[in-house]
Amino acid sequence: MTAVFQVDHLKKSFGGLDVTRDVSLSLKKGDRVALIGPNGAGKTTFVNLVTGHLRPNSGRVLMGGEDISAFNPMRRVRAGLVRSFQVTRLFADMTPEQHVALAILQREGKSGRIAGSFRAMPEVMHETYAILETLNLATLATAPVSEIAYGQQRLLEIALAMALRPQVLLLDEPAAGVPHSDTFLIESALAQLPNDLAVLMIEHDMDLVFRFAKRVIVLAAGEIIFDGSPREVTKDARVREAYLGSYAGAVNS
Amino acid sequence: MTISNTSATPIRPLAGVGNNWLRDLAGIAIILAAAVAGYFLFPNNLALLTRMIAIMLFVLSLDLVTGYCGVATLGHAALFGSGAYAAGIAAAHFGITEPLTMVAIGALGGAIAGLVSGVVILRGHGLAQLVLSIAIIHLFHEAANKASAYTGGSDGLAGISPEPILGLFAFDLWGRTAYVFGIILLVVIFFLLRILVRSPFGMLCRGIRQDPVRVSAMGASVKSTLLKMYVISGLVAGVGGGFNAVSTQVVGLDSLSFTNSAEALVMLVLGGTGTLYGALIGTIVFIGVEDLVSAANPFHWLTIVGALLIAVVLFAPKGLYGTAAAIIERYRKDGR
Repeated sequence: MTAVFQVDHLKKSFGGLDVTRDVSLSLKKGDRVALIGPNGAGKTTFVNLVTGHLRPNSGRVLMGGEDISAFNPMRRVRAGLVRSFQVTRLFADMTPEQHVALAILQREGKSGRIAGSFRAMPEVMHETYAILETLNLATLATAPVSEIAYGQQRLLEIALAMALRPQVLLLDEPAAGVPHSDTFLIESALAQLPNDLAVLMIEHDMDLVFRFAKRVIVLAAGEIIFDGSPREVTKDARVREAYLGSYAGAVNS
Repeated sequence: MTISNTSATPIRPLAGVGNNWLRDLAGIAIILAAAVAGYFLFPNNLALLTRMIAIMLFVLSLDLVTGYCGVATLGHAALFGSGAYAAGIAAAHFGITEPLTMVAIGALGGAIAGLVSGVVILRGHGLAQLVLSIAIIHLFHEAANKASAYTGGSDGLAGISPEPILGLFAFDLWGRTAYVFGIILLVVIFFLLRILVRSPFGMLCRGIRQDPVRVSAMGASVKSTLLKMYVISGLVAGVGGGFNAVSTQVVGLDSLSFTNSAEALVMLVLGGTGTLYGALIGTIVFIGVEDLVSAANPFHWLTIVGALLIAVVLFAPKGLYGTAAAIIERYRKDGR
């Protein structure tokens, strides 16, 4: 199967500091991949390079074989490459219903309409509520986002990503800021993502990583030092050395 | 772990649509009632009320970019003044004196000015944006001053004598026709703007005000959305300017001034941003107080307006309308 998403020899340096050194990876439809790495490994830079917020010094980003390296962030989203944010970025005085509807309208090319309301568009309303119900947010549909709990705001981030119907989804620490006891909510939301969607998740919570990902990529000092199954990652000597430390021992025991 | 479906609360997705229309109709009914009251209570002050209407349209247009999109501007009079000059020049130099046509030309002039200043102002953010907006209004002002063959320069543009509206309603000495014409324009524009701000485009603009990064992560273009709103804002400001030219029959350089821009912003903050209602209330209060206080104390009226503004910013930061709406909302919740 051809790669739906591919990164070719991506390099980026800030001044003399090489933050991303020759990173290549590819995702197929339905992939569930976790990208992990110690602080300063270059994960955030990698996300910014892929989403078009930073320009690489060299290398290419491809979606379904098409080179999107020259696309600005907006066009990359339209090409099917969607990201979520590590810290929720939502519209404080708007409701979950409005958020999701806006994302759907944008996807459908209807967000520029200067008359009419999404509430009067049955197909938009139907899809909005289908997504909100999938993520158990329907009861909060009309409450301002500023009044709902942070964990639910994280779910709404995922709802927005789903509403855009991406082919590739970059999840930037979906469980960040959520109490450990509530990560199962995020986890079950992630389980609802479409099967054919390729997901690349950046995450620190190792329990979540090991349960979600079928494949783990480890980034350290701007390089991919491991790309394989979650089972093997804890046994890899380089990964242990660079990152996992005591956790590797804990998993093996 | 699957998601439990305990959220069985019935949702009525369409419940809000009727409410919104009802609220808008109530708003328009209040505007019309206030208009009728103004007509009978201040029969000798219709010129002032008519000026208020023109400024209301101007402040509404400012609310579109500042209140809904979060663009900081002190140069919005460029849009209003361009509308006024476009209508005035059409009448004085090209003999286009039909009032509705003049207002339409004003709208076009305002839209073009909106496009030009939008392109410039939207290049900056925050403080840079504010400075660009100030530069814009000074450039427009100076351009109008230099092009005195068309604009009359610092003497102002006179010789505007509009025909009767639709050939039926002549402008009278007491300003009754102008007043009624203005109210009709205001109600129509206000109604259209209520539709606009509730539309998908209006939601997108509100989104941009709160988090442009999120909006672009949805695949929407922040810049072209804002530019579109700037052109729409120019249309509205241009209608206000064009109407001002029709009703006062002169256009002065002050319509294209920094002061005019700043005053509009003060009126908007006074009434409350991002509601459209706030724009109307702010204008009424500002011009009303200005008129009352300047009659009572012609030397220190600005001091009093300043004190009023400080009081509002300190004690009612959402503006008069925004604060009143918040209080009513809280009262309603408690009552339930």
